[in-house]
Amino acid sequence: MLQGIAFYVFSGIIIASALMVVLSRNPVHSVLFLILAFFNAAALFVLLGAEFLAMILVVVYVGAVAVLFLFVVMMLDIDFTALRSGFMRYLPLGAVLAIVMGAEFVYVVSLWQFAGGASQVRALPVPQGVSNTEALGRILYTDYIFYFQTAGLILLVAMIGAIVLTLRHRPNVKRQSISRQVARERATAIEMRDVKPGQGS
Amino acid sequence: MTIGLNEYLIVAALLFTIGVLGIFINRKNVIIILMSIELILLAVNINLVAFSAFLGDLTGQVFALFVLTVAAAEAAIGLAILVVYFRNRGTIAVEDINLMKG
Repeated sequence: MLQGIAFYVFSGIIIASALMVVLSRNPVHSVLFLILAFFNAAALFVLLGAEFLAMILVVVYVGAVAVLFLFVVMMLDIDFTALRSGFMRYLPLGAVLAIVMGAEFVYVVSLWQFAGGASQVRALPVPQGVSNTEALGRILYTDYIFYFQTAGLILLVAMIGAIVLTLRHRPNVKRQSISRQVARERATAIEMRDVKPGQGS
Repeated sequence: MTIGLNEYLIVAALLFTIGVLGIFINRKNVIIILMSIELILLAVNINLVAFSAFLGDLTGQVFALFVLTVAAAEAAIGLAILVVYFRNRGTIAVEDINLMKG
């Protein structure tokens, strides 16, 4: 009973905030509603018993991706009202497409069922008496180790790519040259002058 | 009031549909389009985790983890490209991105 109420509250907030992401006038509000949607999706994951993914969702999406979006939205000086000019023109086509697609999805979901022997052919049955995090860790570092390392490599490439794309060297900017600084010696850097009394300025 | 798999699938389907709708109606604003893509990937993740939970198979959660990784990388690269594009052209309207006449 309580679980049912929780499910409907969380999924209702997800759907509502997703709609606000799409329809909101201000992109900052869109990002904030995106964060709300991700929090409630994490709550749904907890309801499903996937605690580890729920925490990862909060850390990765709310902590990293949403903040990145917020940062970019606030950093770029854009006239967002001009970008919304075609909004009403595209709305009918988009609405028709969304209604057709949503109806098809609901139709498909209401008709399917698991095949008879589906539970016999599970690749990784959930182990008993082990927490979700431990179970995931056990298979992630053994059966899926290469995929796991590939995921790490993808993140590394993304990081380097983002840095390479956004890094720029402006001309006419004085910079610290560490190699020149280190290469200085006493002989070239210091000069002894004999100043006569009363003539130094 | 027991919540079955179908309820989760319908939530994910609605979320996916809203994401597609967002791409359609915000055709000029790349930031909103990227956010819609994040919504679509979230819908896919909800589907994977729901199937994983109701079938008792952990593969779905492992796959959702990888989807999450790729989504984070995609968001970082997409926003970096957006920043570079804005620096060069002073706008992010999708319709102006026709330099290569593709």
